[in-house]
Amino acid sequence: MVDKVKVNINGNDYFVPENYTILKAAEENGIDIPTLCYEEGLPITGACRMCVVEVRGARKLMAACATQVSDGMEVLTESERVVEARREILRLLIANHDLRCLTCERNGDCRLQDYCYRYKVEDTPYKGEVKDFKIITDNPFFIRDYSKCIKCGKCVSICAEVNGAHVYEFINRGFDTKVTSAFDDPLPETTCTFCGMCINVCPVAALVEKSTLWKGRPWEVKKVTTTCSYCGVGCQLKLKVKDNTIIGVAADKSGSNLGHLCSKGQFGWDYVHSKDRLTHPLIKREGEFVRVTWEEALNYIAGRFKDILSQWGGRALAGLSSAKCTNEENYLFQKFMRVVLQTNNIDHCARL
Amino acid sequence: MTNSMNEILETDVMFAIGTNTTEAHPVTGYRIKQAVRNGKKLIVADPRKIELVKYADLWLCHRPGTDIALLNGLAHVILRDGLWDEEFVNEHGEGFEEFKSAVEKYTPERAAEITGVDAELIEQAAHMYGSAEKATIIYAMGITQHTTGTNNVMAIANLSILTGNVGKRGTGVAPLRGQNNVQGACDMGCLPNYYASYQKVDDKEINNKFEQAWNVALPKEPGLTVTEMIDSVYRGKLKGMYIMGENPMLSDPDSNKVKKSLQALEFLVVQDIFLTETARFAEVVLPAVTSVEKEGTFTNTERRIQRVRQAIKTESEAKPDWQIIIDLANKMNYSWEYPGGPEQVMEEIAKLSPLYGGISYSRLEKGGIQWPCPTRNHPGTMYLHADGFTRDKGKFHSVEYLPPAEEPDEEYPLMLSTGRMLYHFHTGTMSRRSQMEELRSEELMMMHPADARENSIKDEDRVQVESRRGKVSTKVQVTDHVPMGVVFMTFHYRETPTNNLTIAAVDPICKIPELKVCAVRVNKAGA
Repeated sequence: MVDKVKVNINGNDYFVPENYTILKAAEENGIDIPTLCYEEGLPITGACRMCVVEVRGARKLMAACATQVSDGMEVLTESERVVEARREILRLLIANHDLRCLTCERNGDCRLQDYCYRYKVEDTPYKGEVKDFKIITDNPFFIRDYSKCIKCGKCVSICAEVNGAHVYEFINRGFDTKVTSAFDDPLPETTCTFCGMCINVCPVAALVEKSTLWKGRPWEVKKVTTTCSYCGVGCQLKLKVKDNTIIGVAADKSGSNLGHLCSKGQFGWDYVHSKDRLTHPLIKREGEFVRVTWEEALNYIAGRFKDILSQWGGRALAGLSSAKCTNEENYLFQKFMRVVLQTNNIDHCARL
Repeated sequence: MTNSMNEILETDVMFAIGTNTTEAHPVTGYRIKQAVRNGKKLIVADPRKIELVKYADLWLCHRPGTDIALLNGLAHVILRDGLWDEEFVNEHGEGFEEFKSAVEKYTPERAAEITGVDAELIEQAAHMYGSAEKATIIYAMGITQHTTGTNNVMAIANLSILTGNVGKRGTGVAPLRGQNNVQGACDMGCLPNYYASYQKVDDKEINNKFEQAWNVALPKEPGLTVTEMIDSVYRGKLKGMYIMGENPMLSDPDSNKVKKSLQALEFLVVQDIFLTETARFAEVVLPAVTSVEKEGTFTNTERRIQRVRQAIKTESEAKPDWQIIIDLANKMNYSWEYPGGPEQVMEEIAKLSPLYGGISYSRLEKGGIQWPCPTRNHPGTMYLHADGFTRDKGKFHSVEYLPPAEEPDEEYPLMLSTGRMLYHFHTGTMSRRSQMEELRSEELMMMHPADARENSIKDEDRVQVESRRGKVSTKVQVTDHVPMGVVFMTFHYRETPTNNLTIAAVDPICKIPELKVCAVRVNKAGA
């Protein structure tokens, strides 16, 4: 067991495990400290300084994500000094940011926008040269718009630390700093596995799924938490739905995958809207499939099963269930085979 | 899995054998790679130079089908050098003496001779695994899809019992499940010998329980496995089949035989989301909806039961599988009533299936629960065997190396192994109708540069691959990621139906087919 310590945040005492950071202690007690570069599970860089707080006795403002709590610590998360520091960071960030928020895909779901609003940062005194990078569309799945990038480094980190692909790196220095692939190569020519985790950690619109472009504002998109339909890891994810159509996938941290996904989970969902989907029952007549009603199809099947049952018994029947169907469906299927068709000839592709 | 996915981060030594985790279960692959970055040790045993090899401290590149020789060799060294957990074995390990004498002859030298792995490497791996405080063995179909599949698994279990790596956090054996609900389909009793929760159909008491619950007389004899069904149709004993969401035409071994069987059926119903290669042989095809158009649960590889939620409404006549099954039962004069839908079905499952006894949709709202979860207030089980074993003792099973059913010879000089790749899934029914197709739209058979040279084959050449059972056409990727003498193909592509080539030889106990080894020859197309 980790010992607990007493921390005072904004005038209230809290008891938290001693290995907590100020950010975690605040978060668990419902106190929101703004962050840009922090992501749970990734190494802490303390680079963006958005999460700075005032710690009594410390001369400098401290990064809440990188500072461990100690017994008797007194923290102010929204003092005048803190707020002014955050304002200054935001003024610097928007000085070199494409501010065409009107049509931005992340409008309404953007950390930079949210924090500018929260701290009433309407403009910046640091006018000057502004980067105008071309939007990169070099892969089938997402665009990279570095005019929107705030260099938080989360894409670099998740790619290296979780996927292990090490696709992204910071290149150049100072004003010219940019996050991109080695030698700025197109992603299909790199080690990228298109897991899309970089898109899901991007706090702004630097990395955006192509499937969501111009499909709807963030507040119009419904997010449904569900389980991935591919492998046995059972990743939890959020389907983005607009007008009864899936337009993309967002991370969900409630499962063992901790918000991490692979390319199939992130981009492999559009089979759902395939034109090849079966849309009505079919019966083969003279070698050709003919469209029939459910009533006809089910009556026909029931009749044929009954015939075989009465002539040969359940031993002449067998069923293959599916590792793609739900538990409830698999349960009903084996019940159907055993009860209705009177056979234990039931299996599925566990062995394949 | 005996333990949970994220416990991989807590183990000291990971031993991955017969699992290409980073492609077949990528997020579990992330955990293995993360653990290595955190300083944990990794041993990889695989004939192919898979991505995990880059992360491995030791790579045991053994010949396909020689797993038992390798695993027994490791056990031999662990015993010889006193690295085993005597206390744990004395307390739990039934059959130890017999096991000890069985592995005695698997000296590192003998294991090296069979597997092709250096004896020195076998010794190093045994020491790394054997002296770890917490070790995990991770495996998948590379272990099970052999005629010795069951024994391969036993050999793995032996190692983990021998070293006391079971029943504790951060240890255990981790068989990785390939499909989202293959665990659940087994749990639900979609097996010829078990009802839900692995309750035996030929146990009188159990049979009685289900007869009472379902109010009907039930068959008492275990049924046929999928490979036996195909044989049985062949021999005219099976007349009718009902296939829901499966595509044996592409997924099962020896497709030509599968095809003849499906054609020989008097009556076949296929229920699926697409007109699959299998559905084309059906007399009736029923349209089902995808998992994003219905409610339900899936159970993942770490036994976690999780919700599947409806995100969109179906715009066609297609229906959820559960609805179709109920409708069909009622057409056959039963009166199945589940007005509460899948949630109500789960209530029935919880009543009849002890592992799921405490599961309900309201509990799952907050997140998944791992079985066993016998009661409404049971929190679920992170790792198994914490209080000992299901049977009183962890039994050692003495197993011997046996060669694969079909090995290369003069006529068919190459060994074919099959599996998956990252961008596609199983028979491609879903992934090939998605954006993933843009990344890889055709099969690329992996072939070692030396074999390619010998057959005058260049990268991306088109070739004919032939076995005793059939032939297919494919493009070639020349790569040293496969060893000499071995070619590797996936079964994702209907244009290159790899299972035309594979052999329907099965493990005598669990009937799994030997999809990982058969003999083929390769000819340049047009040559």
